[in-house]
Amino acid sequence: MTQNLRVKSSEFIDETNRISFKFDGKTYYGFKGDTLASALIANNVHLVGRSFKYHRPRGIMTCGSEEPNAIVQVNPNSNITEPNARATEIEIYEGLEASSQNCWPSVHFDIGGINNFLAPLFPAGFYYKTFMWPKSFWEKYEFFIRHSAGLGKSPNTRDPDIYDHRNIHCDVLVVGAGISGILAAKNAAKNNFKTLLLDENNELGGSTIFETNEDNKINHNSASEWLKKEIYELKNIKNLEIKSRTSVAAYHQYNYLLARENLTDHLNKKDKKNKIRQRLLKIRAKKVILATGALERPLIFNNNDRPGIMLSSAIKKYSNFYGVACGTRNIFFTNNDSAYESALSLHNKGIKVEAIIDIRENSDAKIIKKINDAGIKIYWSHTIVDTRGYKRLSGVSIMKLSNDGTSVTGSKISISCDCLGIAGGWTPAVHLYTQSGSKLTFDEDRKIFIPKTDTKEQISVGSCGGDFELDRIITNLNYKLKNFLNIDKTDFEDIALENDHETSKRNIWLLPSDRSIGKTKSFVDYQNDATAKDIKLALREGFRSIEHVKRYTTTGMGTDQGKLGNMHALGIIADTAGVKMGELGTTTFRPPYTPLTFGTIVGRNVGEFFDTFRRTPMNDWHIKNKAEFENVGQWKRPWYYPKEDETMHQAVQRESKAARQSAGILDASTLGKIDIQGSDASEFLNRVYTNAWSKLAIGKCRYGLMLNEDGMVYDDGVTTRLGENHYIMTTTTGGAANVLGKLEDYLQTEWPELDVYLTSVTDHFATASLCGPNSKKILNKIIPDLDLSDDNFPHMSFKEVLIDKIKCRVMRISFTGELSYEINAPASYGEAIWQKCIEAGKEFNITPYGTETMHLLRAEKGFIIVGQDTDGTMTPIDLQMDWIVSKKKYDFIGKRSLYRSDTIKENRKQLVGLLTEDPNIVLEEGAQIVSELNQKPVEMLGHVTSSYFSPNLNKSIALAVVKDGKNMRGKKLFIPMENKNISVTVSNTIFFDEENKRINA
Amino acid sequence: MFLINCPYCGERDQQEFKAGGEAHIERPKQPTELSDDEWAEYLFMRKNIKGVQFERWNHAHGCRKWFNMARDTSNDEIKAIYKMGEKPPTQ
Ligand SMILES: [Zn+2]
Repeated sequence: MTQNLRVKSSEFIDETNRISFKFDGKTYYGFKGDTLASALIANNVHLVGRSFKYHRPRGIMTCGSEEPNAIVQVNPNSNITEPNARATEIEIYEGLEASSQNCWPSVHFDIGGINNFLAPLFPAGFYYKTFMWPKSFWEKYEFFIRHSAGLGKSPNTRDPDIYDHRNIHCDVLVVGAGISGILAAKNAAKNNFKTLLLDENNELGGSTIFETNEDNKINHNSASEWLKKEIYELKNIKNLEIKSRTSVAAYHQYNYLLARENLTDHLNKKDKKNKIRQRLLKIRAKKVILATGALERPLIFNNNDRPGIMLSSAIKKYSNFYGVACGTRNIFFTNNDSAYESALSLHNKGIKVEAIIDIRENSDAKIIKKINDAGIKIYWSHTIVDTRGYKRLSGVSIMKLSNDGTSVTGSKISISCDCLGIAGGWTPAVHLYTQSGSKLTFDEDRKIFIPKTDTKEQISVGSCGGDFELDRIITNLNYKLKNFLNIDKTDFEDIALENDHETSKRNIWLLPSDRSIGKTKSFVDYQNDATAKDIKLALREGFRSIEHVKRYTTTGMGTDQGKLGNMHALGIIADTAGVKMGELGTTTFRPPYTPLTFGTIVGRNVGEFFDTFRRTPMNDWHIKNKAEFENVGQWKRPWYYPKEDETMHQAVQRESKAARQSAGILDASTLGKIDIQGSDASEFLNRVYTNAWSKLAIGKCRYGLMLNEDGMVYDDGVTTRLGENHYIMTTTTGGAANVLGKLEDYLQTEWPELDVYLTSVTDHFATASLCGPNSKKILNKIIPDLDLSDDNFPHMSFKEVLIDKIKCRVMRISFTGELSYEINAPASYGEAIWQKCIEAGKEFNITPYGTETMHLLRAEKGFIIVGQDTDGTMTPIDLQMDWIVSKKKYDFIGKRSLYRSDTIKENRKQLVGLLTEDPNIVLEEGAQIVSELNQKPVEMLGHVTSSYFSPNLNKSIALAVVKDGKNMRGKKLFIPMENKNISVTVSNTIFFDEENKRINA
Repeated sequence: MFLINCPYCGERDQQEFKAGGEAHIERPKQPTELSDDEWAEYLFMRKNIKGVQFERWNHAHGCRKWFNMARDTSNDEIKAIYKMGEKPPTQ
């Protein structure tokens, strides 16, 4: 097992830097520059996982981000383990630990492997068909599935790594640093475009950089040598920023792209420390050049998934780039010339190539002669009909293809091997192109989807644009680049190019076997175990749309989004249904192109930076006085102030009593405040509130109710007239921003003729609300000069005063039903004024109270809270607040909707009070209300909106919305709960001080 | 993510804006004269077409100004941006 398959030293691998790592608990060695995949292959480890459904042994298949099989768990024994990492992308470092996924108990002995033999029971749509019925069986299936199938395990503690975001604006973004991307970026930057070049690999140069085909020459040099010089020159170019290990995840409209820059994953633990792990680049580019290359296609034949079966191009990269042989006896299976390059490359390094199996009848490419000279046997017009070997490929059986390619003839030839390179042609990587919203076109001749159009803002160059051969790539790049960048000349347009051309083509999406299709397993989607048989079954069952077939068979729905097999799925559907592939269309490629970590997405916005907290100027005092806080929107508001061991209930009962018996104080700074000025301010208020405002005297306050145009209550609050053309409006804490937005909307778009200016001043004032029978005495101590008599300072009026030379606004308004004053001080003096109130109130046992007590006190008075007692379906009439709707005003927002056929219905849900038969039972807010207990089904009449135990009444009180509630006063209703039924009686909404005497107490 | 050219501030990221639905629906001057159906037409009915649609946008995290946009809903191409009170462009 520890056989070393290093075949030659590679310039990309640092053999002086030996690295140890663990895979499935066993220690191996590799070199700096290796990926986990290349290091494992060097140690002759191919079996790295089990497939999702059948738990078939699977090996490394590719050398890039399209890998479907080699999906591993990184740091499997750590709390911060990471699932679903691709072994082909993980660069090894000292101390790396990884393990196989999808296998239990181990990759070599896997219980789920039994599914492979039960395969006839797992057809397409199996999950839909079986687990849905009978429902009660789901729990049994679930245990089995979750335990033996899941895709890795998620970390279970907070991610300790640092992530970051960066905004980048550039003239030209080039995605992909293969030969096309490098030349494009170089020429863009040289022509003074601010250019950014991104590549997902650690080395630039794409596949050309390890190209060994001597038939491909640039300026009479090998293409790879020529490109190395170009890359070297990039260093000295201004305007060019290059980021390797950076993968573009998403391409949105208007050239907005998201990319993940991987900064430390390849470093050892010590060097990782305190560094940013990954950075999300948010790129807005004026122009985008896509040079994302192409993905090699597999071939679809019976048992095409054994460990040791790999893409031909991957075998080439492992040998040329990493210096690793994927096998000791290799076979290639192909439908094009590229596999010959891979075969020759191995042969020239002394790695044995047993045979090449080609489905074509012949090829006149120059390289064929070299293969013949090397003594490698070529089987023309042959296909593989089966493969052998459970945990590692041990051989293949081949037969001659019929002329039409749908069956096999002759006798079976068996060849043994330990590695099979498959080459099914190339699929342009158009994923990002389609994400941008651009459309594809199907080239029937070459069987590829290619970009339909280039635009002023975006082009596709190189193989992602459909150019695969060196001369076409360079010539088209030169032409496109000059147009796109509007330049006269590129620095590469005069280079001399030599390369061979492929002329012989044959494409068979599903290769035949001597066994019937029902008895074959030809995998189309390796990760999801979807076979050609599944796709055919889906078609037989009536699925036609590619999107439906995809979901039914789960083809293309894994973490690799079917990068390898999607084209074959389409091809098989087209062949079976007898339609052209171009007409089928393709499934949508959704972002991200490769998976993103949550850490990268959220960046620095974690913990307390996840959302902004808003704190009032008195916040420090609240903390010092042990307040418990409640989140109200972004605000942190004191909820209640427990003393010693008090429970919340005890604290709220104490606070509520104190506020009515002597004095309480509430921090009301969070209420929205909008400053309204202009000669039409009164008219404006008339239009936005349901009641009349023209006659409000200067220095007076009025409560207003604001509706939506549909007649439903939107917000409420007290507005004070400060001057002839000057008002200050208060809104609910949560509604402030929306109310301002709505009012601005009307002013700018419907009533631009009104002379009105709105300014948010919520943060400019701190508000201390004094309440209770002793509040007048306390205020008198603070502002001795102010005449607090009812004549001079009546309820619903305002005074501007000086407190220690600080200009404050005092409103005598009440949300509790008690005598009450609101002191508005400039925010920076908020805490000082609050402190002053506390000092002055000491002799009256002034009690700070929080939002919970505020809610309780107002509920005793039947005052609504918009958003708690209303939910966007309540009119003022439903709330029994008819008194606030002006009959005289011709119009206001929502007026017309108040007499639509639906809103005038008598039996709408209406706000009522509820009293429980047992005064000690407090109802649950949200509880449902019915009139009958023994009836099934029973109509839900409404629900409880507010519910408290009132210490001032010594009984439970509740507000509720009940169908036809207005006519139900005194009626008995029921609240069915899990363990009991609660009897209630419908009452008035005002429970306390119905005559409103205390306001002037 | 659109790049929107606010007529008052210039090009800004879509994040700064709030969409406000179909444009050129004027609030009736005399709502009380309208039948339920006519009022419902104003209140609820919106076209939501595939193709060039005129819509309202607000530079909510910027100058707070409302303006109009002609946007092709099939490909999100912004065809034109014009101020409140201005007539929609004809093609
Ligand atoms: Zn603006």
